[in-house]
Amino acid sequence: MLAVEGLTAAYGPVPALFGVTLAVAEGEAVALMGRNGMGKTTTIRAICRMMPSRGRLAFAGRDLHRLPSHRAARLGLGLVPEGRRCFGGLTVAENLRCVARPGPWDADAVADLFPRLGERMGQRAGTLSGGEQQMLAIGRALATNPRLLVLDEATEGLAPLVRAEIWDAVARLRGEGLAILLVDKSLKELSRVADRAVVLERGRDVWTGAMADLDGDTAARLIGV
Amino acid sequence: MRLPEGWVTAAALALLPAVALWAWAADEPFTITLATRAAILALAAVGLNVALGIGGLVSLGHAVFFGIGGYAMGILAFHAQTYAPLEIGPLTIAGTRSMPLIWLVATAASALVAWLIGLLSLRTSGIYFIMITLAFGQMAFYFAISWTAYGGEDGLSIYVRNGFPGLNTLVPIQFFALCCAVLLLAVALQWRLRASGFGLALDAARQAPARVEAAGLSPRRLKLAAFVLSGALTGLAGALFADLNRFVSPSMFSWQLSGELIVLIVLGGTGRLAGPVIGAALFVALEHWLGGLTEFWLVWLGAILLGIVLFARGGVVGLLTGRAGPHV
Repeated sequence: MLAVEGLTAAYGPVPALFGVTLAVAEGEAVALMGRNGMGKTTTIRAICRMMPSRGRLAFAGRDLHRLPSHRAARLGLGLVPEGRRCFGGLTVAENLRCVARPGPWDADAVADLFPRLGERMGQRAGTLSGGEQQMLAIGRALATNPRLLVLDEATEGLAPLVRAEIWDAVARLRGEGLAILLVDKSLKELSRVADRAVVLERGRDVWTGAMADLDGDTAARLIGV
Repeated sequence: MRLPEGWVTAAALALLPAVALWAWAADEPFTITLATRAAILALAAVGLNVALGIGGLVSLGHAVFFGIGGYAMGILAFHAQTYAPLEIGPLTIAGTRSMPLIWLVATAASALVAWLIGLLSLRTSGIYFIMITLAFGQMAFYFAISWTAYGGEDGLSIYVRNGFPGLNTLVPIQFFALCCAVLLLAVALQWRLRASGFGLALDAARQAPARVEAAGLSPRRLKLAAFVLSGALTGLAGALFADLNRFVSPSMFSWQLSGELIVLIVLGGTGRLAGPVIGAALFVALEHWLGGLTEFWLVWLGAILLGIVLFARGGVVGLLTGRAGPHV
């Protein structure tokens, strides 16, 4: 469904990606890993057309490079950006409604996935806790009824209990057959939900394979865990 | 104070009709005219509030739409009173004295111009957006000044107020009722808009355009749609304003007027439903009372504005509801 080949991107004159190749098939969860500064978020940003890039970038049979970023998102790329941040001035329900597109994921479905959000539908997003805001950010991406959910550091900086709650939700989405591309640092949790892994080093993919095949040595060398 | 915002809105909307009815009973037609003026300025400000309050677009060129509305009325009525049809190339258009027709032309023309201005200016943001809208405003102003066919600098006088089916618009209270009804409809529209998916997305696009884009919506298109709607409402207000004065002149395009509309909104409460109405009522009241006391009433208006900006960021609505922003 998502096919990326030889993706290069740069921040102004500074190159950041030197050729990343990865693919996500229908119903598959792929973990994008690597140390800090190796290009994970840049790859995500390039895929979601939030920065210019070159190379092959195909999603749902369309060349994403030919589409502006909001059109890419309409094809079904549901991004949960790094650092969450919802629309603070809007309520939880309004956050979900303002970007909603028709499909099974409506406010009720999101409330079912994250009961805490269901209790706070009328509350302003800016007054939610960090974990709740992260849940809302995921809920907001789901409300666009994406074909591929892209999670960038979904559990960073959250309390262990909240992290567990979010990982449970991700596992459930995975179980329901939603394709997911996720960036995270927690190898343990990733191995629970991801089918395959792509490891980046200095803007290149250096290891691709089944999550189960990622042995301790490789992980220690490439990811530092 | 912490009054519920719904009450404040209802009270604000009831204020103008109450004043007008009192003036009618007391036989004070001038006060009715003041209330009409406030209602029309409020309508123009409701228009700007859609762009500025919800969309965060600080347009310093909204007088363009006010002026287009005014000139739509002026030109159509002028051709009706001189019995000379308007000729544009091969087209021959008869003038009209019918308000509904004039309103249609005023809103359509303003919407079209807003779309063109929006297409160009929404490529920018912040100070550049302000400057570009100001530049369009100045272009329209100098165009009107040099447009001698319709009075140039002297403007156009229309001798008889245009008609509305079933009403005698020359009776002040009837014309007020008409303007007030249009204002209430516009406020209702703003209320519906704010709660709609489009309004929420527009609000979100003001807060974080990149995130709205990542969710599959184009912030620029949202803002363009808001700008067009905003321009159309302000254009309608311009047509009514011209009918109130039975006179149009290039001053309807002046950048001072664009600034005044922003002042009205800031006084009342940016993005608030009742903000434009309270702001316009306050502005007209101050203009009348302070203007009667001193020639330099704008100094005092400036002081009040300063006080509001420094100590009551949410304007009068913010003071009354105890909340600085529409959602805080």
